[in-house]
Amino acid sequence: MSVLLDVQDLQTRFKVRQGYVYAVNGVSFRLEEGETLAVVGESGCGKSVTMLSLVRLLPPAASIESGQVLLKGADLLQLDQRQLREVRGGQIGMIFQDPMTSLNPFINIGAQMAEPLIYHRGMGKKQALARSAELLEMVGIPDGETRLREYPHQFSGGMRQRVMIAMAMACEPAVLIADEPTTALDVTIQAQIVELVKALRDRSGVAVVWITHDLSVVAGIADRVIVMYAGYVVEEASVDALFEDPRHPYTVGLLGALPSLDGDAHRLTTIGGSPPDLADQPTFCPFHPRCPYAIERCRTENPALEAVADATARGHRTACWVDIRELQSPVVSGS
Amino acid sequence: MFDRDNPPLVRVEKLTKHFSVRIGAYGETRATVHALDDISFTVQRGETLGLVGESGCGKSTAGLTLLQLHQPTAGKVFFQETEVTGLSDTELRPLRQKMQIIFQDPYSTLSPRMTIGNAIGEPLWLHELIAKNRVQERIAELLDAVGLNPAFAFRYPHEFSGGQRQRICIARALACEPEFIVCDEPISALDVSIQAQIINLLQDLQETYHLTYLFIAHDLAVVRHISDRVAVMYLGRVVEMAPKSRLFSNPLHPYTHALLQAVPVPNPRQERQRQHTVIHGNVPSAINPPSGCRFHPRCPLAFEPCDHIVPEWREVESDHWVACHAV
Repeated sequence: MSVLLDVQDLQTRFKVRQGYVYAVNGVSFRLEEGETLAVVGESGCGKSVTMLSLVRLLPPAASIESGQVLLKGADLLQLDQRQLREVRGGQIGMIFQDPMTSLNPFINIGAQMAEPLIYHRGMGKKQALARSAELLEMVGIPDGETRLREYPHQFSGGMRQRVMIAMAMACEPAVLIADEPTTALDVTIQAQIVELVKALRDRSGVAVVWITHDLSVVAGIADRVIVMYAGYVVEEASVDALFEDPRHPYTVGLLGALPSLDGDAHRLTTIGGSPPDLADQPTFCPFHPRCPYAIERCRTENPALEAVADATARGHRTACWVDIRELQSPVVSGS
Repeated sequence: MFDRDNPPLVRVEKLTKHFSVRIGAYGETRATVHALDDISFTVQRGETLGLVGESGCGKSTAGLTLLQLHQPTAGKVFFQETEVTGLSDTELRPLRQKMQIIFQDPYSTLSPRMTIGNAIGEPLWLHELIAKNRVQERIAELLDAVGLNPAFAFRYPHEFSGGQRQRICIARALACEPEFIVCDEPISALDVSIQAQIINLLQDLQETYHLTYLFIAHDLAVVRHISDRVAVMYLGRVVEMAPKSRLFSNPLHPYTHALLQAVPVPNPRQERQRQHTVIHGNVPSAINPPSGCRFHPRCPLAFEPCDHIVPEWREVESDHWVACHAV
């Protein structure tokens, strides 16, 4: 497999009245052809801003300070607006969290779906509409031709998300970025959408970046996972290694905080404290105030993301000064 | 932990709540939303009854109607064997002390212009529970009980994070020493790492103050973790109710079964081997709910009587209730 997307040292910050908010602080990762990469973290950890930075869909207050985003070798951060439009919706398809706000309520579904096909693929209107009807059937919306004439309010939440997926897949992108696509949906609808994306991925070979805060969803869909905290990647591993052999205390905390559907009701382990303030670029490990394993070095130096020495699986990296497996019981902090 | 032979703390009998709405572009058509139809259950002293279902299934309406925050359309609610339906506001007030609620969104349930000390203290002076000179002391006690620094009493809500605000809401609910608390999705708006803190806090408080919870949530894993018994709702009706171990190991209603199938398991190896049977379609509208069993258009087991006869709510084995023709 070859590398499709290679992100190097990406830094994005927001200008605010009091100074800057450092949202993404030197994020690097790779996406290989056909693989599904999950990006996990709590709200405000920079996972969405990272992905929006890739295609420069950022609000005016945000600026990309450094980094490279290589898609098949070409740096997206160096493209001009016209070239960038070719990438957005062409080579990179995106699905967002809230399908209610991502569709235009005044324009019927057909016109919205045909637009990328006309723009990117140079199709005529008739041809684009015919293709759109096919795409609707592909994402499980029967009677596509009739539904194309309908407006977003005539679709349920799950159906709108299917429309979004159909639009994102319309131009056969190489990468599909899904930003919390199931968070706004009920659990039975979530299961439908997850199964749909898996089926589309297996059929078309598209590489998927799946952003979520829900580790349970990750287990079912991802090949590899990166865990983000305070704008840093703190752990990167194959999905099996992450769940069976997590090495960063934050990942351990997240996994312990999950109530499970089987097994006994043990007391949940918690991560004390609250998520960090991003107003400063830390000169220490951003997780140390909440970390039960923190040592002196954590307060003075920010660890880099480095390969785990005795990893059971290839490509397992973590950003932590402490080898948590050497420690028996953590110093419990918080409640 | 709780006693099944004693009379229940809360008993709900055939509770129904319909809302009149106007639909159409100009509100020209009257319609009825069948938010809650004919639900019956009991909550024993000291237990946690979980109430799960998808959005729009009426689980929040059940909590609010039970507390008389909505006027029920029909049905009865008993609290400690006293009927609370039909009581006047003045008659209800002393009972309200004993029945509290924690809401989903701790951002909109605290007044931004009130210090959190005042927010927590308000029920104390409203119900005249405590001498004026002891109020500050009691507020400090309550803040301490929910894991906040008592010195925070003079701060305003905007100074707190979501998790801290939910702790403040819990302290306020605890202020008048309730026996029964409706927790209406208390953790859905919080970050994953904070959710576990609040769940543990609610469990600790239950033990310390001998509380009884009706825990409303859409997350089955959370409900399984915190509940003793679980009731599953679909489109305004309770379809199944059982002790949690039995509900999760042996679900009888096809909807319960489908819900459990849909929940992802946080284990990649298991998840790869699992059969993924997904139920199709969406939850129908509560304005014009399907006749007979409301689940029948999506049900894999549906047969002849399902589309015109409402299945009876019956106890199939001890303490395991279900409403389905097929079981």
